[in-house]
Amino acid sequence: MNQEPLLTLEGVHTHIGAYHILHGVDLAVPRGQLTMLLGRNGAGKTTTLRTIMGLWHASQGRVRLGTHDITAARTPQIAELGVAYVPENMGIFADLTVKENMLLAARSARTADQLDDVRLQWIFRLFPAVQKFWNHPAGKLSGGQKQMLAVSRAIVEPRELLIIDEPSKGLAPAIINNMIDAFAELKGQGVTILLVEQNIHFAERLGDTVAVMDNGRVVHSGSMAAFSADAQLQQSLLGLAL
Amino acid sequence: MFILKRLFSNDMPRSRPLALLLVLLAIGLAFAPFVFPGVKALSVAAKVLVFIVLVASFDLLLGYTGIVSFAHTMFFGIGAYGVAIAATRLGAGWGALLVGLGASLLVSLVLSFAIGLFSLRVRAIFFAMITLAVAAAFQTLASQLSDFTGGEDGLTFRLPELISPSFEFTEEPFLGVSLDGRLLCYYLLFVTAVVLVLALLRIVNSPFGRVLQAIRENEFRAEAIGYRVVVYRTTAAVLSALFATLAGAMLAIWLRYNGPDTSLSFEIMIDVLLIVVIGGMGTIYGSVVGATLFVVAQSYLQDLLRLGSEAASGLPWLAALLSPDRWLLWLGVLFVLSVYYFPTGVVGRLRARAAA
Amino acid sequence: MSLLKSDFDWKPLALVPVLALVALPLTGSLSTWLTLTVAGLAMGMIIFIIASGLTLIFGLMDVLNFGHGVFIALGAFVASSVLGLMGDWTGSGELWRNLLAVFPAMLVAMLVAGALGLAFERFIVRPVYGQHLKQILITMGGMIIGEELIKVIWGPAQIPLPLPEALRGSVFVADAAIGKYRLLAVAVGLVVFGLLAWTLGRTKIGLLIRAGVQDREMVESLGYRIGRLFVGVFVVGSALAGLGGVMWGLFQQNLVPQMGAQVNVLIFIVIIIGGLGSTGGALLGALLVGLMNNYVGFLVPTLTQFASIFLMVAVLLWRPQGVYPVANR
Repeated sequence: MNQEPLLTLEGVHTHIGAYHILHGVDLAVPRGQLTMLLGRNGAGKTTTLRTIMGLWHASQGRVRLGTHDITAARTPQIAELGVAYVPENMGIFADLTVKENMLLAARSARTADQLDDVRLQWIFRLFPAVQKFWNHPAGKLSGGQKQMLAVSRAIVEPRELLIIDEPSKGLAPAIINNMIDAFAELKGQGVTILLVEQNIHFAERLGDTVAVMDNGRVVHSGSMAAFSADAQLQQSLLGLAL
Repeated sequence: MFILKRLFSNDMPRSRPLALLLVLLAIGLAFAPFVFPGVKALSVAAKVLVFIVLVASFDLLLGYTGIVSFAHTMFFGIGAYGVAIAATRLGAGWGALLVGLGASLLVSLVLSFAIGLFSLRVRAIFFAMITLAVAAAFQTLASQLSDFTGGEDGLTFRLPELISPSFEFTEEPFLGVSLDGRLLCYYLLFVTAVVLVLALLRIVNSPFGRVLQAIRENEFRAEAIGYRVVVYRTTAAVLSALFATLAGAMLAIWLRYNGPDTSLSFEIMIDVLLIVVIGGMGTIYGSVVGATLFVVAQSYLQDLLRLGSEAASGLPWLAALLSPDRWLLWLGVLFVLSVYYFPTGVVGRLRARAAA
Repeated sequence: MSLLKSDFDWKPLALVPVLALVALPLTGSLSTWLTLTVAGLAMGMIIFIIASGLTLIFGLMDVLNFGHGVFIALGAFVASSVLGLMGDWTGSGELWRNLLAVFPAMLVAMLVAGALGLAFERFIVRPVYGQHLKQILITMGGMIIGEELIKVIWGPAQIPLPLPEALRGSVFVADAAIGKYRLLAVAVGLVVFGLLAWTLGRTKIGLLIRAGVQDREMVESLGYRIGRLFVGVFVVGSALAGLGGVMWGLFQQNLVPQMGAQVNVLIFIVIIIGGLGSTGGALLGALLVGLMNNYVGFLVPTLTQFASIFLMVAVLLWRPQGVYPVANR
């Protein structure tokens, strides 16, 4: 197995207009593992994800995906390299049907029949709502169902790296379990996942690596096992224990 | 110096070249009848004065409040028609002028109030498009209500004797210029323009003006701090319209004529946009510098183009491009280039240079 | 647009028949009403053809092209030159010959307008993406320049654009005179609408456009280069405006260089009523404006221009974003 991290950020600074949000972020996301990005609100987690995706550009530092330097790359190019992004607001196209949303996410399919059936069945098993509301406008779905759709879109085709911003927000515990199962299965398939999450269960069940952010910097990184065992460390970094 | 600062509401040019330019312009305009001989030169100077006020009023709306409205010429027209209609129907007297002025200000007040309120209900882009439509409709209306407005032909009227060209208060010309009503009319315009510009400076530099700018920058935050955006924007819209109406009255008084094309045409709106961009948005001084540059260029550019066209008569396509009738083409090109390369306008550039 | 019938927002659609029905008693006779209604629908179709491009461009890229009128004028003038060359075809009394002259004229107009659109997007619009104020100013500047250039090429005076022989006059349906050309306009309009609806609803490109109108960032995050798509939409929109210009010119049978600016106002009203970004809304708005114009033009000619504005204000008071606002803006 390739020991090189799939995604690395080195000394990344990001400015939004006059605001200096990221002050030198160093992050390494190992292949085939789930890395959790933790931190209080305003720490810069979403900004980091957006910088990786090229929606905002780093004013300093490097972002590398495998052998590619994607610091200055445009968002579509980064996506084409096999990165799937699920933003905090889910990015669902409300006026389009669930089917159309999924079709859009599947770059290789021109029409719905060209979607990978096996994969679809897997997604339907994980998130039944996606199948149930297949022909309905996505805007009609509940918040939790939209989350499921957003994640489904990210996995409708095989991707190398999944970048997900708070997927369990607003979900019922049963659904959260489904989502955890989904991610566990993906991990099993060798997909690398970078996850921003507040939910305890995610961290405990899935997290392999953890990085904690504060004030635009990564202030701690290491294995999840070590982190969960150290209640004092959790307390000081997050103000809460896992 | 202190008096000067108070007069200009503490909004000094902040740049030596700019201050010099303004002083020169002021002197040039003040002594125009004596310095620049001929009827045309005086007309150009009068037009400059009118446009300074018109553009400055637009700057209040666009540069300071951040509202794009294409209905500005409508208020200009209302002012001009107010004077024209009153003078036509009530005869050539000061009373008629005052009635016309008062009526047009009232109409503008009501209309701008309605438009201002409406602007807050719809998004900025919508608002811009709507004002465009309203202005176009108003122009059509003016030319159709011919009983009232003189239709396409417009209205020609006479002014009170004191400012009529026929009135002469001395036989002998003074410094080569005959002292007649026309001269007085010009100085009436000059004084009015000065007063109005200083008033606008006062407004934009007052606490009210500062709130306007805050709203322009971040409406949400201004509202959150506690300023009722509705009130401020509507007030700005109304003030802007009133000043434009006054400019219209000035125009009508000078021309002793008004028609749909004189004050309501879309070309004037374009001219105003051009001037405010070239001069510098959100500065008031920009309108002074810009209006002068523009009106002078417009008046003399055509002559320049005529020369060019004749010189290029060997190449018909070039001659057609340089035809004096196509001066708007070149102005349009200048406009587009200004928006790209001089977004802060002449005044902005000069100030930036001085600050550097 | 929702696919669930029960969810479909049908109320605005009802405005069209309601307006027509209200006008019926006012116009006095059924035959007059019929003539006016067909004329109104035809005018509406032509306006829709022009407006559809503009609303998509705005919806997709948040670019407001105040200079859209220049494509209209250019299309019309180019067509007049082409038709001018085909005098024997247009002069013939046979319909097929006329159509063989008109359709190529339309095609050439579309090509030229589309080409200008490409240049316009590259040099005028692209440098000011995201800055609304500058966009408004610059696209206006572009229109002024365009208008003047038209005057340079075709002269500043108005040019007549007579209808080909067989398209003149009317067919008579139960006492009502229905302009033949108007019928053609309605037919072309329906074809254009059909093609647009099919492309938007059934192809992946259409899907991309509809999604891009709602959330451009997300579409890019899914791996699509929306910038290229936009250029395509801009060019098609300009070409459609050119087509609309030809049809408008034949409608008026007269061309002036300022026609772009004149029609501009109408199409803005239409897309405001319809909702920025919505093609269906543009069709609805266009039909309403077309009908309104014709009914009021017959009943109270002086108020014709204000009629459309009144309609727009009324719609905005009901729905400030237009009848079919597109999701996220």
